[in-house]
Amino acid sequence: MKLFLAFVKKEFQHLLRDRRSMMILIGLPVMMMLLFGFALSSEVKNSSIGILDNAKDESSRMLIDRLDHSQYFSVVKFLDREQEIDQTFRRGEVRIVVIFPPNFDHDLRHSNSAQIRFVGDASDPNTSNIVINYASAVVRDFQNELFGTMKMPYQITTETRMLYNPQLKSSYNFVPGVMTLILMLLGAMMTSVSIVKEKEMGTMEILLVSPMKPLLVVLSKAVPYLALCFVDVILILLMAVFILDMPIAGSLPLLLAESLLFILTTLALGLLISANVESQQVAMFISLVGFLMPALVFSGFMFPIENMPKPMQIISNIVPTKWYYSIVRAIMVKGLGFSYVAKQTGILVVMTVIFFVAAIKKFKVRLE
Amino acid sequence: MAEPVEATSEVEDMSRVSIQNITKTYEKGTVTALDDVSLEVESGELFGLIGPDGAGKTTLFRILTTLLKPDEGKAEVNGFDVVDDFWEIRKIVGYMPGKFSLYQDLSIIENLNFFATVFETTVEENYHLIKDIYVQIEPFKDRLAGALSGGMKQKLALCCALIHEPKVLFLDEPTTGVDPVSRKEFWDMLDLLKARGITIIVSTPYMDEASRCDRIALMQDGKIMEIDRLENILEKHRQPTYSVKGTDRHRLIQDIRSFDQTDSCFAFGEDNHVVFKDSPATDSLLHFLGEKGHMNLTVHEVMPDIEDVFIKLMLEQENHG
Amino acid sequence: MAETVIHTENLTRKFGNFTAVDAISFEVSKGEIFGFLGANGAGKTTAMRILCGLLAPTSGVAKVAGYDVYTETENIKKHIGYMSQKFSLYNNLTVRENIHFFGGIYGIPKRELKEKSEELISRLGLTQEADKLVGSLPLGWKQKISFSTAILHEPKIVFLDEPTGGVDPITRRQFWDMIYEAAHRGITVFVTTHYMDEAEYCDRVSIMVDGAIAALDTPEELRNQFEAKDMDEVFLRLARGAKRGE
Repeated sequence: MKLFLAFVKKEFQHLLRDRRSMMILIGLPVMMMLLFGFALSSEVKNSSIGILDNAKDESSRMLIDRLDHSQYFSVVKFLDREQEIDQTFRRGEVRIVVIFPPNFDHDLRHSNSAQIRFVGDASDPNTSNIVINYASAVVRDFQNELFGTMKMPYQITTETRMLYNPQLKSSYNFVPGVMTLILMLLGAMMTSVSIVKEKEMGTMEILLVSPMKPLLVVLSKAVPYLALCFVDVILILLMAVFILDMPIAGSLPLLLAESLLFILTTLALGLLISANVESQQVAMFISLVGFLMPALVFSGFMFPIENMPKPMQIISNIVPTKWYYSIVRAIMVKGLGFSYVAKQTGILVVMTVIFFVAAIKKFKVRLE
Repeated sequence: MAEPVEATSEVEDMSRVSIQNITKTYEKGTVTALDDVSLEVESGELFGLIGPDGAGKTTLFRILTTLLKPDEGKAEVNGFDVVDDFWEIRKIVGYMPGKFSLYQDLSIIENLNFFATVFETTVEENYHLIKDIYVQIEPFKDRLAGALSGGMKQKLALCCALIHEPKVLFLDEPTTGVDPVSRKEFWDMLDLLKARGITIIVSTPYMDEASRCDRIALMQDGKIMEIDRLENILEKHRQPTYSVKGTDRHRLIQDIRSFDQTDSCFAFGEDNHVVFKDSPATDSLLHFLGEKGHMNLTVHEVMPDIEDVFIKLMLEQENHG
Repeated sequence: MAETVIHTENLTRKFGNFTAVDAISFEVSKGEIFGFLGANGAGKTTAMRILCGLLAPTSGVAKVAGYDVYTETENIKKHIGYMSQKFSLYNNLTVRENIHFFGGIYGIPKRELKEKSEELISRLGLTQEADKLVGSLPLGWKQKISFSTAILHEPKIVFLDEPTGGVDPITRRQFWDMIYEAAHRGITVFVTTHYMDEAEYCDRVSIMVDGAIAALDTPEELRNQFEAKDMDEVFLRLARGAKRGE
């Protein structure tokens, strides 16, 4: 045990003295959170919209006012004719144009069939879709307020409710994604690189010619990274809650426990890489291309897995990030309990055990 | 100094190293690193493996330190088999690889403490073993190993290899790339360790260091060409050798080689060592060189040194192969 | 008097407070074999880097092949060859590819390069090995090829940094035969070594101690001056007096 502690101490010394590694360990999560949170946000805030109000009555004005005052939109342009729409889009002045029919107020109050048209700029389909969704939501709210107390036997409302994330905040999507990627990257890459470094530097040669069991070397390597990855999880969660206003819906202890499990998975992967390669570059290459790329593609974070061809969907099952991503979303966003993530947890446990056993089996007590 | 070879071998044959018919190949048998090597090192001996890069010295060390398994043959350290009892061997040997292999980002004292812990001891417990060497680097003990000069790194590496009081010490080319002054200092340190009864096997490409060893093995191309005490080897392979000096050195060597009685001619420091094919033919060589226009020629017989012998053995090996 | 190809005057290089090279002055003539000795850390490597145009001096004068080390480093690099023990050839290229590559770097025209490299391969007796990877050859061969490649473009000066470390005694001497030949053709050879017998093979030898040149003369003169039996003894006398650790 004393030996193990000496090793762990040494590993911390390596880490704390290596400014580059520390920058990556602490800087990368912060940077990714800020990037996704602000720069690359797919979320809608203060989107410019145009209005073509053919009604100019009380209801239309109320609704326009409502749109303009929501935090999602600002009305930047009033159009007079439908012909102007095209031109406005071309100039990039607005994302969508909201068109009120003549007699809007009348239709709304008497025939229950008032129609509002949204015209979106589909050259950027994702954003237009989101903006139109938001606008529809505002319109529905308006409608509910107006008729909430009235009896409307024949009214049919199609309602698309965005569950768990009513405001379609993108942080709900990317925070679990960033956590998954960061842990995958740091856990697997940093661990494997640090072990392979000992091989490259020749220190492994001395360690092997000592009564110490190689397993101890390897496990002690994993400890500092386990700690630092855990710090990263906490860092990301803190940023999510306090900077991006994203509450943790489910149980925090459960989330942390699951994260710990996933860190172990990635460390085991890192150990497995390091047992098989001889140079730091190869270790890094395998971690980045062999693990990070699939992690990115198959976690469901960037591209929905349901939309993939069947073979790809099957492949995605062996990618650990997919399971962790789904666990984090379940706990953090949906607020679900352990019974809902038991299956994913079980899969991760099995994967971790397999990786660890394989890594230990592969680890040599000699140079060849 | 007393002769520890006989002294200890009578009492007990513990910290000896025995190698029998070891063969080791790489790249699926295409590259032969060691070819049927046999060797005995006695307890308390300072033994030198002498040969150029690629002779197989490092491979032999790696087999003895249990880092590699031999393809064929058997080797024992302290009575333990290098394949079957490798955990036992790892407890009792100290090893200093050819490349500086300590943690560059840890300080001298941190490296030392770490390796002491690895071998389940402490620096305090075995301080007496490293004291003579350690005092030389102690003033810099908080400096990172990466920032040390070559000579200091070497001393630190030796301290780290010694900290657990090994019975057998393996030093792989500790003096390569080191200037003559530091090399001499290093060998002085080895003498101190030898006096403590530690068996030391050291490899070097510098032939002149042979004189610092009790016994040496001359290695070339994975084979041991000769094993014995330096004097015995010199005596055994002694052949009449002459130093020929003149002015235009490069042309002189070439002309000596073109003389039909010359067996070999090589530059040796300020001398050129000439070995004749049959009987010494110094007079006819001088005559021959005179005709070629060489002036200020001097000839005298010299005692061949270890490099003469090494060259002789290499040439013999080439002729046989 | 032969043409001077290296000229330095009070050449100094400091790293912060540390004076690595301390006002060294010397001249090397065309076709001379100049031994550049010193203990580890005496300042040899720094001095050599300055002369190769890789490092600017702090003060003093230095001209290599007639070019100034402050302003004309590009010209210097064109007129020198360089070989070190640590880096010489690419192990994963064949002998021929290495020769072509390094010849190409020094701007030898393609047709000439082809001729020269074939000539070199046959002169070194490597016809069989020409298409083998350099990594599979013994160190001695690598060093010979590396040296031949470094002088393929007929530089005025070739810098050799411990070219024979770890090489067997026969190959080491063959290597020196090649050095003699190059010098005979008029290439100046600037060489560092830890083998003191090799110091004897040089026309003149300088020994650096603590950043300064402590002695500079022919091996014979140095031996006489220090009443030493060989260069090893000369070196030990001078280097033992060194104050700074390596």
